[in-house]
Amino acid sequence: MSLTPASAITASDTSTNAAVPHQETVPVAVQKNHSRSAVQSIKTSTNEPAWIRILLIAVTIGFLSLFLFIPLAAVFTEALRKGWGTCLASFRDPAAWSAIKLTLIAAGIAVPLNMVFGLVASWAIARFEFSGKSLLITLIDLPFAISPVVSGLIFVLLFGSSGWFGPWLAKHDLQIIFAVPGIILVTIFITFPFVARELIPLMQEQGSEEEQAAISLGAGGWQTFWRVTLPNVRWGLMYGVILCNARAMGEFGAVSVVSGHIRGRTNTVPLHVEVLYNEYNFVAAFSVASLLAVLALVTLAMKTLVEIRLERQMAEAQATSSTHST
Amino acid sequence: MKWKFKSYSVLPGFGLTMGCTVVWLSLMVLIPLSALFLRASGLTAEELWKTVTDPRIVASYRLTFGAALVAAMINAVFGFIVAWTLVRYDFPFKRLIDAFVDLPFALPTAVSGIALTAIYSKNGWIGQYLEPLGIKVAFTPLGITVALTFIGLPFVVRTLEPALHDLEKDTEEAAAILGANRWQTFWRVILPALLPSLLTGFALSFARAIGEFGSVVFISGNMPMKTEITSLLIITKLEQYDTTGATAIACVMLLASFVLLGAVNSVQWYISHRSRGGS
Repeated sequence: MSLTPASAITASDTSTNAAVPHQETVPVAVQKNHSRSAVQSIKTSTNEPAWIRILLIAVTIGFLSLFLFIPLAAVFTEALRKGWGTCLASFRDPAAWSAIKLTLIAAGIAVPLNMVFGLVASWAIARFEFSGKSLLITLIDLPFAISPVVSGLIFVLLFGSSGWFGPWLAKHDLQIIFAVPGIILVTIFITFPFVARELIPLMQEQGSEEEQAAISLGAGGWQTFWRVTLPNVRWGLMYGVILCNARAMGEFGAVSVVSGHIRGRTNTVPLHVEVLYNEYNFVAAFSVASLLAVLALVTLAMKTLVEIRLERQMAEAQATSSTHST
Repeated sequence: MKWKFKSYSVLPGFGLTMGCTVVWLSLMVLIPLSALFLRASGLTAEELWKTVTDPRIVASYRLTFGAALVAAMINAVFGFIVAWTLVRYDFPFKRLIDAFVDLPFALPTAVSGIALTAIYSKNGWIGQYLEPLGIKVAFTPLGITVALTFIGLPFVVRTLEPALHDLEKDTEEAAAILGANRWQTFWRVILPALLPSLLTGFALSFARAIGEFGSVVFISGNMPMKTEITSLLIITKLEQYDTTGATAIACVMLLASFVLLGAVNSVQWYISHRSRGGS
């Protein structure tokens, strides 16, 4: 790249122009003019003045501090209000332990099931052409459109004492609502679309050439899936699983409807936080809440790492496809 | 056409994966959901109307939709500024701040609920300064709006960021060469191009806020007619073993979110068609 006035503009503006692929298209006109003032006026009119930039950055940081950083800091400060001892003591409560156990069980069942479903559904949707595909995708996304409390209500209508299967369940002495199975069912429902909606667009973008090559070289369907598809989508899969897990462990509204709040038996960690808070046991409530806040921070960190990997993978894929086409 | 045909014949497993997808989807989502609609269709129109127009419930709609609308508008304005600075400007810790935008997705709603209540209560970090000014946040509609703003914050930022990345600088340069000042370029060139994404983010944030429960119950105080949200009324009805009433209210909420998501989809459709026509 020669240092024409045109590229001089863009070079001095790398911060704002980094994402723009067509850097040299328009300023060619300027290059012909060789007029300094024109260069200057374009520079100022495609950028905001410094004071506006600083103002906007300040507004951003102020707004995010008010709504994100202060609440997060408040959780930890409130938890440690009476020192580390009191904070840790709230985890010695057997009810806290049973809540942690129940949350791990619910997420431990819901996340793998949704992961397998996500892989199966995205193989069917992203690898084949069939009619009604967009309807199927909409139906998979449906649980996102339903508010948490309504999701819980749906399962009460099915399995509650006056629900469809209520009398049958009562006759066989089975309990789903106000018991662990109900909590697991709503957790699966709430987190249903997470993995599938990450994988479907990713697999559609990657295309099926590699799988076709594997099959025509004599690999079986399973072999192709394990050796070609899975390695290709592993970061997208990770991303979906991380988000799915965060939601599964943190869900409150839907689980609260079906759980019945039986202390030590059907309380998940978020419900345990609510019980402690309503008992005015604030330090314990915030201590248990800070456990969930740590989970959220770990989720964000892992998500960012996976995003970086995904971006790199996408860039590599684009690079190889462009060398193929030339 | 040839490629399509190959994809049909070469890759195995369509029947198996499609079958599993449809069966599992029906068992987990479609059959449970149909229970709601069948139960609602069993109600007489009169019963349904009487339940959903009860003054206490109408007051809750007004509060829920009003607070959600205000929160979505706050998010549209500030989310735009956040997305703009995160995409266009450089400042320290940008990547970290960008990652934190997703905090409301990652933090369990009950945690954000008690945290916001603690901050805005009388003795809280922010509440103690607002109290002398006569501004009460916790246990008022204002507090509900704050919680809903928190919950909807990532939607506008995350839908605008890719659109801002895709916005080509040369249209702005062209506008500048043709004599527009920065303000004109913003209003006439940049904003129209970003409007569909902004509307999508706004609608998503609004839809999420309508159904939100966990973060609101703590800060709202739940006073009948004043600070009761619609989701809470569904739970109240269920606790009174009034499943019919709960179902009726749930149908109103479902209808609202389907209408909103329908609007989002038509905006998306418009975007994809416009960009196809443009290129």
